[in-house]
Amino acid sequence: MGTVFSFDIRDPATPAVHAALHGAVAWLHHVDAVFSTYRPDSAVSRLARGETTVERCPAEVGEVLRLCAEAERRTQGWFSATAGGVLDPSGLVKGWAVERASEVLYAAGARNTCVNGGGDIRLRGEGAPGTPWRIGIADPARPGRLLTVVAGRDLAVATSGTAERGCHILDPRTGRPARGLLSATVTGPSLTWADVYATAAFAMGDLARDRIARLEGYDVMTVSPAGEAWANAGFPCIADTVRTQGA
Amino acid sequence: MRRAAVTTLSTAAGVVLLLSLKPHQSAPPPAVAAHRPGTSPPAHAPGSSRTGTFTGDVIDTDYGPVQVAVTLQQGRLTAVKALQVPSDRGRSREISSYAVPRLTQEALGAQSAQIDAVSGASYTSEGYTQSLQSALDKAGA
Repeated sequence: MGTVFSFDIRDPATPAVHAALHGAVAWLHHVDAVFSTYRPDSAVSRLARGETTVERCPAEVGEVLRLCAEAERRTQGWFSATAGGVLDPSGLVKGWAVERASEVLYAAGARNTCVNGGGDIRLRGEGAPGTPWRIGIADPARPGRLLTVVAGRDLAVATSGTAERGCHILDPRTGRPARGLLSATVTGPSLTWADVYATAAFAMGDLARDRIARLEGYDVMTVSPAGEAWANAGFPCIADTVRTQGA
Repeated sequence: MRRAAVTTLSTAAGVVLLLSLKPHQSAPPPAVAAHRPGTSPPAHAPGSSRTGTFTGDVIDTDYGPVQVAVTLQQGRLTAVKALQVPSDRGRSREISSYAVPRLTQEALGAQSAQIDAVSGASYTSEGYTQSLQSALDKAGA
């Protein structure tokens, strides 16, 4: 199961930016080696089997587990790193890793960047001078079509859904695949949290409208099994591009 | 349909494929998705020096076969060309005409006047990703 990460840097390609790009790629490989649940030898796989302890794992494991615990609290359990019965922090790791990769580029002087981890996106600066980045939101009911376009400067956009590989997000309350929505998109300042909230929103179903929209700084769009989109009033989609309604 | 190779307009761009990092809070992967468990990530490393065009495997999707070729210059991905995309049915053609240029732009981090990237997924993307990955494998990138 592959995830494509792409980097789009709209600043002059200085040696520092090139070095940071290599650093960001190396970081993602490190994250994969440590956190992949598909690799039996990863730290997280060994931790899940009880073969090691958090203290013996790379420091990032402890950081991620603390974030997972906080995510569980913030979402009243709708996000869980043990939704399937075994430790699997994947629902947080991808957004967190992309957020960090974006920070690496920023620290090297890249001010206008789009880092995309399998459709979970962290934007900084602008796509072009005076023009915000524009992110299409895939329509889960019509593969290949866009539902709407989100515009933003410093913004994270995360979508959870069934479109690509069928039902694969678990409802932590039942341990079974969530079926209340086709997709949930969350925008906000941090991709770590946008990704967590999108995963939680997908598990919540209709409850997400109220629970996620209430979170300070984050907005949500949901798509019902009938293919109908709903977004709260603050959702940063470009006017007239979507069938949505205010909160 | 826009099938020609797209050259990136970004001043710097990179793509990395990680085989084994799952998206989201996942159920065990379906057999078809777990096609190469445990392999090390055959990622494009921007520091490597391979140059040339490499053709990916043909990947069958629900909508038909997908195949891409990649062009690398000194290890950097400079172009992705769709060699085969679903086109024999109206709906497939409609999907491909949108999805493939979009995926190519995503892969290259290329600039588009309209859309810079897409959040969410499409059916074709899995096949596209697999073919892209196999092309990068062949390049030894």
